[in-house]
Amino acid sequence: MTNGNDRSRWNWLLAIPVALPLATFLFNFDGPRLGGFPLFYWLQLAFVGLVVAVTTLVYRLSKRER
Amino acid sequence: MWRDHLTQIIVFGVLFLGVSALGFAASRWRRTGSLNHLDEWGLGGRGFGGWITWFLLGGDIYTAYTFVAVPALLFAAGATGFYAVPYTVIVYPLVMFALVRLWSVSYKHGFVTPADFVRKRYESRTLALLVAITGIVATMPYIALQLVGIEAALKTMGLVGDSGFTRHLPILIAFAILAAYTYSSGLRAPALIAFVKDSLIYLVIIVAVIYLPFKLGGWGGIFDAAAAKFEASAAPGDGILLNANNQLNYVTLALGSALALFLYPHTATGILASRDRGVVKRNMAALPAYSLALGLIALLGYAAIAAGTKPVLGDNNTIVPALFDGLFPAWFAGVAFAAIGIGALVPAAIMSIAAANLFTRNIWVEFLDKGASPAREARVSKITSLLVKFGALLFVVGISPQFAIDLQLIGGVIILQTLPSVGIGLYTRWFHKGALIAGWAAGMGAGLWMLYLVPNAATKHEHFGGSAIALSKLGFDSPRTLYVGFLAVAVNLAVATAGTLILRAAKVSDGGDGTAPADYTADRSAPEREVSRYTEAAV
Repeated sequence: MTNGNDRSRWNWLLAIPVALPLATFLFNFDGPRLGGFPLFYWLQLAFVGLVVAVTTLVYRLSKRER
Repeated sequence: MWRDHLTQIIVFGVLFLGVSALGFAASRWRRTGSLNHLDEWGLGGRGFGGWITWFLLGGDIYTAYTFVAVPALLFAAGATGFYAVPYTVIVYPLVMFALVRLWSVSYKHGFVTPADFVRKRYESRTLALLVAITGIVATMPYIALQLVGIEAALKTMGLVGDSGFTRHLPILIAFAILAAYTYSSGLRAPALIAFVKDSLIYLVIIVAVIYLPFKLGGWGGIFDAAAAKFEASAAPGDGILLNANNQLNYVTLALGSALALFLYPHTATGILASRDRGVVKRNMAALPAYSLALGLIALLGYAAIAAGTKPVLGDNNTIVPALFDGLFPAWFAGVAFAAIGIGALVPAAIMSIAAANLFTRNIWVEFLDKGASPAREARVSKITSLLVKFGALLFVVGISPQFAIDLQLIGGVIILQTLPSVGIGLYTRWFHKGALIAGWAAGMGAGLWMLYLVPNAATKHEHFGGSAIALSKLGFDSPRTLYVGFLAVAVNLAVATAGTLILRAAKVSDGGDGTAPADYTADRSAPEREVSRYTEAAV
């Protein structure tokens, strides 16, 4: 059995994709529309891309530090 | 009439039966030991690699909830239903490291359930019992939601009896098949079926999001049609944007659901079945891909508005099946219905296995049959997995909230009460075990009381009508609404914190801690992985 280590200052990056989608007052608007999607919808779908990018980044960075 | 849907029924039937055959055959897949052992039946041998775990957890999380309940909410209430997207975005960064810690400590000590962990961490049988019961009870309404999902597809095909018992007959048959192969194959059945499920679902989504807007005049037109509908309706809370009253509910729902998802026993089952920490971490980065699909399916609720689709038999939950029925060619609608049906079977199987493991490990063996052999443990679990499904049926018959989604949200209110002992317990042993029990009781009491206060606007029932409570109900002068689970867990945490301080001050003895800090970062060692019996080759 080996030991991993979770501690890394990069983990704080994970706070971004948690906090941003919860700040609904920032994007509770119809415009600007993108491909017919109101801002409220396309931006929240775009957050999916953000969370994939950030979690992947944190995973890579924490692996390198070890 | 079902005769008008013959093509759909044949396509659905063939796919459904094919998947069932796969479920039974799964007992031989990647077999590494006797199925008469809980590690094998209930955790698939603890050897699933990245891909299988991705499909399995995807099957866990993206369920009939996604395909049926969320679009139904958007169809009827608008933007508020879109909370499912931020919920499935924030959950991964939020719980990534907690789940990795849960994997490690469970691997080190051979835990099968979250309650096993609590038992060791707090050295308290009572607290573990409470966590186990909470998990079982919370899982039942979630399984019930899957039943409602399959039923929505069946109803749309006209497969619905006339009255009373026969009304539920088709769904009973579907569930009997599910129960049988879960019994015989354990976790391997949903893991294998999840591949088929996801292939079907992705196929349907890709076709739906390209073909439907094309037929309905583009996404802009779909959103405009939805906006016009909500504009015209008398209901105060709807619209394609949030309003001052439901914005807080949206945020608390997303956050509460995310925390609840991580605490559900079936999530632990999916996590513990994976091979090592890396598999869990990589999946946290890859699983959000499903959320994009979830968001697009959710918007089919609006597509149904633009298409002028009417729910079957006045049941909002049938809105997506009814949309497919109206706009897809019959054979492809059959494929889509099969995707919905199979999409409900996979999580229902995993959930019943998780609940059964809880009963066996933390109630049966702990209190009733100490020293049961692994074979007997596995047998008890198999039988319990059947009983749990009956419990879910009772929820369908007993509670029929306005939206199917509330079944999952009520389950969420219940499971959230294990946040201090399981979730926070993964990081600190600070809470006193007595205070955790008091907090659990307070949170559960407050949660159930608040759910009791929520009326159902559609059926005019006064109680258990949903999961969003108006602050005016609680004596505040405000029409704003909030997710009940969020308030209940706040009560729980407050009591647990105050209780810990009081019990410490009074020097009341606390149990020990059967875990060491290093246990939470333990990993399967590299050499062992190389000679491991489990290989990815099978996939």
